[in-house]
Amino acid sequence: MEQNIFELQYALDTFYFLICGALVMWMAAGFAMLEAGLVRSKNTTEILLKNISLYAVACTMYMICGYAIMYGGGDFSLFLNDIESNGVTGAEEPATYAPSADFFFQVVFVATAMSIVSGAVAERMKLWAFLAFAVVMTAFIYPMEGSWTWGGQSVFGMYTLGDLGFSDFAGSGIVHMAGASAALAGVLLLGARKGKYGADGSIKPIPGANMPMATLGTFVLWMGWFGFNGGSVLATASVDSANAVAVVFMNTNAAAAGGLIAAMVLAKVMFGKADLTMALNGALAGLVAITAEPSTPTALQATLFGGLGGVLVVFAIITLDKLKIDDPVGAISVHGVVGLLGLLLVPFTNDGSSFSGQLIGAATIFVWVFGTSLIVWGILKAVMGIRVSEQEEYEGVDMSECGMEAYPEFVGASGSGR
Amino acid sequence: MKLITAIVKPFKLDDVREALSEIGVQGITVTEVKGFGRQKGHTELYRGAEYVVDFLPKIKIEVAVASGAVDQTIEAITNAANTGKIGDGKVFVSDLEQVIRIRTGETGEDAI
Repeated sequence: MEQNIFELQYALDTFYFLICGALVMWMAAGFAMLEAGLVRSKNTTEILLKNISLYAVACTMYMICGYAIMYGGGDFSLFLNDIESNGVTGAEEPATYAPSADFFFQVVFVATAMSIVSGAVAERMKLWAFLAFAVVMTAFIYPMEGSWTWGGQSVFGMYTLGDLGFSDFAGSGIVHMAGASAALAGVLLLGARKGKYGADGSIKPIPGANMPMATLGTFVLWMGWFGFNGGSVLATASVDSANAVAVVFMNTNAAAAGGLIAAMVLAKVMFGKADLTMALNGALAGLVAITAEPSTPTALQATLFGGLGGVLVVFAIITLDKLKIDDPVGAISVHGVVGLLGLLLVPFTNDGSSFSGQLIGAATIFVWVFGTSLIVWGILKAVMGIRVSEQEEYEGVDMSECGMEAYPEFVGASGSGR
Repeated sequence: MKLITAIVKPFKLDDVREALSEIGVQGITVTEVKGFGRQKGHTELYRGAEYVVDFLPKIKIEVAVASGAVDQTIEAITNAANTGKIGDGKVFVSDLEQVIRIRTGETGEDAI
């Protein structure tokens, strides 16, 4: 009888993990739609391809060596050879859920971190340079900082973040701020889009081509985030964990709502209009803000934390533009600036963490990811160049990189088969 | 009065618009168009099948000017839109028989 109950628990926890992993995979679709909506039509095909191909690259590289680096506990084995048969390092023995479910859940997080970069470098980066970076980021850069955080390893033998009071439930810092750090390094070496910043210091808006896509993408991300935060409870088959999962879902939702309202109201106050793109970024900022600790706040606290994220993201977007850091979708603001905020909000509701621990963790993640990314982007820039030519940028990267338009006109029957 | 129609590269729109402002032109109409001149098309592949891309995106600018301002306007447009590379576009000048301002009913050069 006890064995039956254990098996049921195992099956339920595994099932839950897999469903949450699928929801996080769905976030990849959300990112693709959001970014496709916020770039110009002549660059849409390329950004869609970038989003779906980085997902595939992340899954493959993490399978090859990333997972082993992050969770192998120092025993390094390629292609999931050891990890699968021996269960999950660090989990209780016997395992309470399928080892492959753990891999599946973790791999979609890697893809999320990597996809943050694609929006920031949109409309002017070479596709294959981006994918080359993705290989290194998902195989090495992210798994290393992941091993120091969720993997529990010490940072090059110097200190262990868990011991210092660092806590990041679902990855405000480990995933979101990390992705934004890599994005920032790329954007600094890439430069702004042509025509974005005038010689006189003016900032020219470059409107996105598809607001329905951007909005749908945000809704999809919102829904997928239930898996992102909810799955990070790591279990559901007990009263305690089921309660935790419910609280996490509720708070995740509340934070997004708070973030959206705050950003929308702030945009109305500052710009006189209800800016849809700011509202969308606000919802995402709310989600990022709660991601570091969605299980301990009350629903009201979660809403307020999200609201703080929504306010911060509006100011971050404006400030980055003033600094001439061109980020077409606001990725660095949403995931980087608010990712840091998310980490710093944790000690307010979670006694197990401390501000110093959060700061040391944030600094560790940022210095590692930003530093190594800068090196990799720098090498790519020197070896193959990371920016498309001026002509290609004017014509749109859809044609130069993909050879097809996202919204073709004048092609029909007479445009082919001559 | 003349109607000046210019076909220019899309990214040159802002430059042309500024140049026209500078010489005192107060109104223009802009359309997104596709076209080609002596530039040959190029072929692309869609799912393995070849097709010819004849038409390239351009911007059509139409501006009505008094006869005396024609040369100035043409110069402003060509200087602003020129890149020296193939596909810069063309300027067409045609006669404008009548112009009426809808709001006030003014006609002729007063309506320009």
